[in-house]
Amino acid sequence: MALLDVQNLSVKFRTNDGIVNAVNDVSFSMDPGQTLAIVGESGSGKSQTAFSILGLLAQNGFATGSVEFNGKEILNILTPDLNRVRAAEIAIVFQDPMTSLNPYMRVADQMAEVLVHHKGLSKTAAVKEAVHMLDAVKIPGAKGRAQQYPHEFSGGMRQRVMIAMSLLCRPKLLIADEPTTALDVTVQAQIMSLFSEIQKEFGMGVLLITHDLGVVAGFCEEVLVLYGGRVMEQGPVDPIFETPSHPYTRGLLKAIPRIDKGTKTLDTIPGSPPNMMQPSLGCPFEPRCQFAIEDCAQRLSPLAEFSKGRFRSCNRVSEDIA
Amino acid sequence: MLNLILKRLALAVPTILVLIVFSFLLMHAAPGGPFTAERALSPEILANLEAKYGLDQPLYKQILIYINNVVFHFDFGPSFIYKDRSVNEIIAQGFPITLTYGSIAFVLAVTTGVSLGVMAAIYHNSWLDYLAVGISIGAQVLPNFVMAPILVLVFTLLLGWLPGGGWEYGDPKYMIMPVVALATSFMASIARITRSSMLEVMNANHIRTARSKGLPMRQIILRHALKPAMLPVISYLGPTFVTMVTGSVVVDLFFSTGGMGLFFVNAALNRDYSVMMGITILVGVLTIFFNLVVDILYAWIDPKIRL
Repeated sequence: MALLDVQNLSVKFRTNDGIVNAVNDVSFSMDPGQTLAIVGESGSGKSQTAFSILGLLAQNGFATGSVEFNGKEILNILTPDLNRVRAAEIAIVFQDPMTSLNPYMRVADQMAEVLVHHKGLSKTAAVKEAVHMLDAVKIPGAKGRAQQYPHEFSGGMRQRVMIAMSLLCRPKLLIADEPTTALDVTVQAQIMSLFSEIQKEFGMGVLLITHDLGVVAGFCEEVLVLYGGRVMEQGPVDPIFETPSHPYTRGLLKAIPRIDKGTKTLDTIPGSPPNMMQPSLGCPFEPRCQFAIEDCAQRLSPLAEFSKGRFRSCNRVSEDIA
Repeated sequence: MLNLILKRLALAVPTILVLIVFSFLLMHAAPGGPFTAERALSPEILANLEAKYGLDQPLYKQILIYINNVVFHFDFGPSFIYKDRSVNEIIAQGFPITLTYGSIAFVLAVTTGVSLGVMAAIYHNSWLDYLAVGISIGAQVLPNFVMAPILVLVFTLLLGWLPGGGWEYGDPKYMIMPVVALATSFMASIARITRSSMLEVMNANHIRTARSKGLPMRQIILRHALKPAMLPVISYLGPTFVTMVTGSVVVDLFFSTGGMGLFFVNAALNRDYSVMMGITILVGVLTIFFNLVVDILYAWIDPKIRL
């Protein structure tokens, strides 16, 4: 049975200017212990996909579709029921470690309350376990550091605290929402290798939200490429990187600067992301796609398997865009 | 912490001296004097009176004498208008009254204001929010000089439940209306500040983290949201507390409580220099003290502030 099964997930936001369609009809599933990346540029709906799974959308947001975790529906269920899943079964690490921790509470206290609430531990036992977990994410002097406040930690250390906090209840699924975006490059590498280690150690599934294709290549097995809130391409990482089947994926990969190729100019995808207020009938990427045909503005082929385990949503056959 | 308190107290001394000098000068700059009566006094009598109260001395000398009396003898001098009473006596009589109904009104305003504000923010855009906002706008637009006569009209004249004025120590019957009349508009301001600050905090990233931890709403509000949401409220409460416990003219006037608020305004109108100065200094000292209290509370809530 799949660990996480997302079917026809759509996320919309009510705003003063109208409805924003952030995520449109996204489906994917994850097996236990699997690592899946959702990639896409800003505004592609990748973070909102993650938030909707745990019911963390902003107040004006609402999700439709289905999200099953271990065979049980968790989308739009009552908050008390969802609270039994949050942190205990599915934990999340957020993008910005500077603001995601409570600045007014000692690290030990904000970690301990998770265990006190979900596992019924005493405060002392919970703090002890929290320190143990800080040790596991390689925070030096964990015992003393636990009594400090978040502002006394550096960005990378704070993200380690967030990760330690997410692991406390040994969740089966960890959602990492751009966990390294706010950190500098050397710290990014440390955090990602920490993720690899803890995943091996705890054996959980990881849903990684990122725009960093380098991170995807080094860390993930499966990848889901989102554009304009729709899945463009999905499949195992290596084949997608070798032979991208979708014009958008190709564009993304070409836009990675390579120092070994000696090129002077950076490839870009011309144009700008779509207006999510007025979703197009056809492919959201059509206005920027160099392979677009007349049909593309009117109609989008549904996501279909074109070779084993690989899915794409494009009106052109992959040979035509090679 | 102790260091800060000592530093602040040391800083309070020059602040109060500046306050004394400025109020003294402003007061004397205002036209008229304590003996400007409807019937003109003969120049000899006026000169005698001024000599008695030291008003014939040059201004700088008056200030020095005053500071000497206040600082070293804790003597605020005799009232210029109430012939047989000293300023010390007037404050000793009026301040406990305003302190009593002011403190009770403060507690009432804070508890109801904060509760309304939090409720409005938690149930944002629901009927509870609109109700809370409605109550606080209603309380805000109803000034206490309208509120007070309405209260008297309803509870004294119509229902006959409460005495229309006066003050008996320890008798709550006399306190209810002054407290309610004083508390309402402050309650409304506190509710508005709490609501907007709470709304902001509830959208903060660390609250989303708290939600992702599966904590129940009650715990999220009490443990994670309330503390930071109270910061702007607390900075409003420092000066507000002083304003409330030093009395309100309207309350003293309408309910004949005999509190300090009325003394202060009358002193200003009658150019009762010494009473005005005395009460000004009291308000100044209290303001300095409660601003220090606010700073200490801030440091207690926000660990980033190190004193």
